[in-house]
Amino acid sequence: MRALTHLQRLEAESIQIFREAVSESERPAMLYSVGKDSAVMLHLAIKAFAPSLPPFPLVHVDTTWKFHEMYEFRDRMARSVGMDLLVYQNPECVEKGINPFDHGSAMHTDMWKTEGLKQAIDKYGFDLAFGGARRDEEKSRAKERVFSIRSAQHRWDPKQQRPELWHLYNARVRPGESVRVFPLSNWTELDVWQYIHIEKIPIVPLYLAAMRPVVQRNGTLIMVDDNRMPVQPGEVVERNVRFRTLGCYPLTGAIESTASTLPEIIKEMLLTTSSERQGRVIDHDSSASMEKKKQEGYF
Amino acid sequence: MAHATGDLSSSDIEAYLAQHERKSMLRFITCGSVDDGKSTLIGRLLYDSKLVFEDHLAALESDSKKVGTQGGELDFALLVDGLAAEREQGITIDVAYRFFSTEKRKFIVADTPGHEQYTRNMVTGASTASLAVILIDARKGVLTQTRRHSYLVSLLGIRQIVVAVNKLDLVDYSQETFDQIEADYRAFAAEIGLHDITCIPMSALRGDNIIETSERMPWYSGSTLMHHLETVDVEDVQHEGSFRMPVQWVNRPNLDFRGFSGTIVGGTVKPGDIVRVVPSGRESSVARIVTADGDLNEAVAGQAVTITLADEIDISRGDVIAAASDPPGAADQFECHIVWMSDEPMLPGRPYLLKLGAQTVTATVAQPKYKVNVNSLEHVAARTLELNEIGVCNLSLDRPVAFDPYAINRDMGGFILIDRYTHNTVAAGLLHFALRRADNVHWQAITVDKQARSVIKGQRGCVVWLTGLSGAGKSTIANIVEQKLHAMGRHTYLLDGDNVRHGLNRDLGFTDADRVENIRRVAEVAKLMVDAGIIVIASFISPFKAERQMARELVAENEFIEVFVDSTLAVAEQRDTKGLYAKARRGELAHFTGIDSPYEAPEAPELRIDTSRSHTADIGADEIVERLRRAGVFGALSDGAQ
Repeated sequence: MRALTHLQRLEAESIQIFREAVSESERPAMLYSVGKDSAVMLHLAIKAFAPSLPPFPLVHVDTTWKFHEMYEFRDRMARSVGMDLLVYQNPECVEKGINPFDHGSAMHTDMWKTEGLKQAIDKYGFDLAFGGARRDEEKSRAKERVFSIRSAQHRWDPKQQRPELWHLYNARVRPGESVRVFPLSNWTELDVWQYIHIEKIPIVPLYLAAMRPVVQRNGTLIMVDDNRMPVQPGEVVERNVRFRTLGCYPLTGAIESTASTLPEIIKEMLLTTSSERQGRVIDHDSSASMEKKKQEGYF
Repeated sequence: MAHATGDLSSSDIEAYLAQHERKSMLRFITCGSVDDGKSTLIGRLLYDSKLVFEDHLAALESDSKKVGTQGGELDFALLVDGLAAEREQGITIDVAYRFFSTEKRKFIVADTPGHEQYTRNMVTGASTASLAVILIDARKGVLTQTRRHSYLVSLLGIRQIVVAVNKLDLVDYSQETFDQIEADYRAFAAEIGLHDITCIPMSALRGDNIIETSERMPWYSGSTLMHHLETVDVEDVQHEGSFRMPVQWVNRPNLDFRGFSGTIVGGTVKPGDIVRVVPSGRESSVARIVTADGDLNEAVAGQAVTITLADEIDISRGDVIAAASDPPGAADQFECHIVWMSDEPMLPGRPYLLKLGAQTVTATVAQPKYKVNVNSLEHVAARTLELNEIGVCNLSLDRPVAFDPYAINRDMGGFILIDRYTHNTVAAGLLHFALRRADNVHWQAITVDKQARSVIKGQRGCVVWLTGLSGAGKSTIANIVEQKLHAMGRHTYLLDGDNVRHGLNRDLGFTDADRVENIRRVAEVAKLMVDAGIIVIASFISPFKAERQMARELVAENEFIEVFVDSTLAVAEQRDTKGLYAKARRGELAHFTGIDSPYEAPEAPELRIDTSRSHTADIGADEIVERLRRAGVFGALSDGAQ
């Protein structure tokens, strides 16, 4: 009997989750954030339903502050796979011009992402949304279910989680409630990179090192992606950098690196000593901050 | 990060990747309490396999000083205790999943608490594990909780056990102590059918025999914990069984392709294999095994595939495609173990949803034959099951499902129960065998049927179900309705608490469980009377939606008219025709609906009669009779409606 490798088992588990979620919901959608986890999730969704197309749209909750390369990549991927892409921008943020420079990272993230996500789900009436979160990202995620129920107010109650046994998932909700489904729950960052490598999954080139214009802010290298970023004369320098996670460019720290191929990235990652989420500004407040954000509706 | 890689030169990386892409995976569960050092053990596994990042380590150092229990030294337990509330209480209260990997394996650890009230979490964690690490404090030996953990692990079908005898540093690394504990454990384990046991002496706090062999226990020559986890053979038994694939999704991209998507949960399959679809029993052969990466020549348990068959046969979600030579059984009555996981106790007779594989059906659980005291393993008589209790019960489904006994195939024999109104998962269950009783009750071929009886009475049988608070006016209205119908020459029968509780249901009280059983019997009687062509007027408080729904589903769709006799509690209590509210308020009557027991109002009754306002009982009764007329109950047959 041939034994499956750990990546084959993870892949099969994610496919089972996709098929189960679609069978037990009325209006599913995939939250597509353009990053590497979304890339893997999309690849798995296509595998789960082939030769049919995945029976749900991609939803990008946009902030208008993503990297240019992310927007180009997003539109190219949606075209090439042939799935519907719905882009949602919180109209209140558009109107008020919410941005990280004038309003701070916390308000920017809360209004564009947390509020925007709730609005998008309400607007389209989705009762189930796939997300790319992994349990290894952060301690409070380690106890998150694969199928996670959100109240009509989009709140997560860590005390009211449904037990998940064997491979049986309970996606039943009352009107107004919704389910967040995390097909990559049991994947680690290394699993994701290895899978991208062997499956040759396209990713945004920002993950690979290249010479890019950056400024130093509070000890973090921030890439100057467009002229909306206020800079001092002579402040911008060209550095060989790459990104471990992708989000809004003013809030995403670059790391200096020469890793310009996938094996080089994986090698760098194996030797690195800081966790993936450290590059994200929002996690730094306190060690319980992610849990608070999730209760409030952050994905 | 994630492993002990040592120095990696760039030329090694491709070879390294090639090796790591071939790793196997092991899912295991750790059982023990905070006091046994379980979180410390997991923290140590992560720490020693170089899984802890510098920023996490910095947080660990500062947290160790703030809330640590190791006098300022690194408190590994803090690495794995997740949610804020738990950290403050210093306990782990739920199932958390941890990941680490070595050169040989990726590990998923289900970390579950060991307190008695958290049986549900341990059962959840054990359901996907193929190995269990049971912690024993060397100072305390085999405890009640050790027996409890071992029983749950064996119940959930885990065969590989590692007994981690921890805190050897606190007993001077004594071989005698270790040997005694091992002997005690093996003697107990044999009684509950656990045989594959590895005992390892260790100190999670000091790192003895976790990754590195301890120099402080030269008398121990076995594996370290990590070495054992890396090398133990845990091929899923499912591989050895016969082919099973529950159909999750019917894949129809166009008219030319009809595939059945699912994950194989037993055996292997090849194109050309003869398969049987259960429960329908139809047979065909496998035409193709389709995946996004091309067709396969063979697929094994664990793989997610899409199968096409040589013949066009009707298959839908929930059906199981199986080896025709050894198909699973199909049945609608079972004996099973049930682990109750909800704060609301199990109500025998109430319908729940049962999910098994991709099949979802309605199930009712009979009163438990017994429950198991998880500490002493004694069988105890029980009328119901409360949170964290385990019992053996008979189960009755509304239609047959495909199954294998849990001991043979976890995915074909493990199920969950879902509450039909809260939608919460309220129980986990393990199917053992089908009851033959159902097969033995052959329905008599009846020539005098429901229609024949209806024709002779010139009416259609149906149920008028009046629900509402005590004192709302149900009985008054029900009596008037029956008088009016009788005057019209209709055949009726009035069922109410007075004529049922004194006879048929004399043995029942007013607990929630008894109320459910009361209504179940009434509903069954009403069903028989409808079959006899009678208009049944049922007048019961019937406070729970679930039971009213059950009564509705026993008869045909157009045979049930729910009438909500609606009155505010204040008005009903003021009327208090039987003086019951006053008694309940004085505390002389327990479980009184509206006072200390809930009333779940109907959301969409066929008719609502508001008796706290203008409606008199007579007007209400007229509305019901009119409703029956419009529903075609009178003379419908002569109109040719049936």
